[in-house]
Amino acid sequence: MDLGFSPDEAAFQAEVRTFIAENLPAELSDKVRRGATLAKEDYDTWHSILAARGWLAGGWPRAFGGQSWSTVKAHIFEEETALAFAPRIVPFGVKMLGPVLIKFGNAAQHQHYLPRILDGSDWWCQGYSEPGAGSDLASLKTRAERDGADYVVNGQKTWTTLGQFANRIFCLVRTSTQGKPQEGISFLLIDLDTPGIDMRPIQLIEGGHEVNEVFFSDVRVPVESLVGVENQGWTIAKYLLGHERTNLAMTGLSGAALNRLKGLAHEMRRGGRPLAEDPHFSRELAVVEAELVALRISNLRMLAGGGAPMAEAAMLKIKGTTIRQKISALSRQALGAAAAAIPPENFSDNLRLVPDGSEHEAAAYFNTRKVSIYGGSNEIQRNILAKGLFG
Amino acid sequence: MDFAVSDERRLLGDSLTRLLSEKCAFETRTAMAYAAPWHSPHLWDALAELGLFHAFLSDDHGGVGGSGFDIMTIFEPLGHALCPEPLLGQLMGLQLLAAAGADCDAALNGTTRLALAVDEAGSAWELDRISTRAEQQGMSWTLTGRKSMIYGGPAATDIFVAAGIEDQIGLFHIDSAAGARHDIGLIDGGGASEMLLDATPARLLLHNAADAIENALDWGRLALAAEALGAMTAAFDLLIDLLKTRQQFGRPIGQFQALQHRVVDLKVEMEQVRSITIAAAAAMGTREQSRTVAQMKALIGQTAHLIAQETIQMQGGIAMTWEYPASHYAKRLTMIDHQLGDSAFHLARLTASGGPG
Repeated sequence: MDLGFSPDEAAFQAEVRTFIAENLPAELSDKVRRGATLAKEDYDTWHSILAARGWLAGGWPRAFGGQSWSTVKAHIFEEETALAFAPRIVPFGVKMLGPVLIKFGNAAQHQHYLPRILDGSDWWCQGYSEPGAGSDLASLKTRAERDGADYVVNGQKTWTTLGQFANRIFCLVRTSTQGKPQEGISFLLIDLDTPGIDMRPIQLIEGGHEVNEVFFSDVRVPVESLVGVENQGWTIAKYLLGHERTNLAMTGLSGAALNRLKGLAHEMRRGGRPLAEDPHFSRELAVVEAELVALRISNLRMLAGGGAPMAEAAMLKIKGTTIRQKISALSRQALGAAAAAIPPENFSDNLRLVPDGSEHEAAAYFNTRKVSIYGGSNEIQRNILAKGLFG
Repeated sequence: MDFAVSDERRLLGDSLTRLLSEKCAFETRTAMAYAAPWHSPHLWDALAELGLFHAFLSDDHGGVGGSGFDIMTIFEPLGHALCPEPLLGQLMGLQLLAAAGADCDAALNGTTRLALAVDEAGSAWELDRISTRAEQQGMSWTLTGRKSMIYGGPAATDIFVAAGIEDQIGLFHIDSAAGARHDIGLIDGGGASEMLLDATPARLLLHNAADAIENALDWGRLALAAEALGAMTAAFDLLIDLLKTRQQFGRPIGQFQALQHRVVDLKVEMEQVRSITIAAAAAMGTREQSRTVAQMKALIGQTAHLIAQETIQMQGGIAMTWEYPASHYAKRLTMIDHQLGDSAFHLARLTASGGPG
């Protein structure tokens, strides 16, 4: 038993910290710390800083412009950047499509698409979910029918995160209705400029525009845009589920949020003393802090095993999202009545309602309800675990 | 980073599991756990022969172990078998003997059995609230006060008592027969003693012993957490077996999603408390010890209750019966939280200013 990082890993951790200290723009980390909405330029700025160092896609093999990071190094990078309030790397190109192309794509696709992910020429979004296909993804209905050198795509995708910034979308589409639903799905790359595509914003619970719905009507997509072979899409989607699963537990994000919450608990006062000294509140805080210590070890146990088999991944997802939501709920609670306020941009400092940087706690709380729903809802994760236990 | 169990520890753990399956099988255990003296010399000697007690201390003190992971290795199988032998007292007692620089050999060999008398009604493991007093007369000392819930007291040959010397806490040794020792059985098996000390002669082991006692209690808490992990695992496996075999409405009840998801939640929490126990085992002897142990004991208590309640509920009436082991696991898991400070006690320590947080 040895819970520490190896000398090489520890050196890498120090290197990441130094890099962040020297290169993460203060205005960016300030926005992330406040939970402010990031603009496309904010993400692009951080992506290009990382790309210049070769760290945007550190988990990719060196031959494709990555660093061949081990799962432990990828974890260190994710945890350190989250703790420093760096913007998250937008996952759709770097963490989802990239590994899929490397594994299933052909040489032409490698040469064309991978460099464009790294240099920011392409912003990808994900076309998986449909109004009638959420947890039951295999029931998806968006059709792609062969017509000469093209597929003709008709249907609707939804929950398309940051699609408003994207120029391309990768989709799971139905290419066959024969056999089991899983057997007739293909993985298709689509240029969002193609005629017949209509992307519309979905306003979320807290008022923000984070996700979209995308309508396809007679959209012609060249057959070269198929990844792998026709009807292999489900295999690809499953591969993706088992890949890059180092950040499921979100210990970095939760750790950063917990640090902020502890600061808040000392700043806010209740009953004539700091909230941190309120027996009920401090007890809740102590529980979630202990749970996070445990989760971090659970995560490292999984990483030390070389990756996340489905069952472990499901556990980390359930517990990681639950802890993140608890911290978010306590942060909202800490602000008392003023948590509800949406201060106007031009409010002067002497009208400040909540401690500086806490203006978005309630919005973040509502937004964070999503984490137990997306990426395979926690109920689906429980089904996966139950399958392991009961067959 | 390496979470693998070393070969030596795996060997010790496997030997212990084998020994317990032979000498502490369910019915033997139940008989032993609910009748005075709650101890079998035969089983105790076998445990000593295995070298178990030597693994409690490092070689500085004549042992061969002494790491948090040694304690996990030993107490998890003990919990799995619900072994009622008074090993908790032996572990804490050996820590105190080592701290006092005393000879540990007899206890390492198992020829003496140690128990720790810290708790008092109204003090709940808070050393600064101990009311038992020590009086010095010439070279000798006497103790006066009441000590409560001395785990393993009925079988002990030596009892270590925490008592106030002016504004300090001293550690004293008394012969187990001295004073009026009143033995009691426990609802989850095993025995404890109450002691009414009235100018009872005692020998001073350590004058300013508060830190050493806190440290020994932390080792005891780690042992209890590992014991809980073993008991949880056994209780969980019984639950899975029953859910796979018991038929209602024409199918195994484990096919009902309402039960499956609850079972999964138990599994998730069990992995979490295994992780925090590993964290605490690694923190023993470091600056993080008391804080991590408090976090561990707080979470273990909550999860042990959850497993106890849910395994009874999901298995139904059978788990309410004495003859089915699940009931005994549920009792042990519930009462483990009460030992050496419950969840609320440790959360209060974590949130107190100047506490282990």
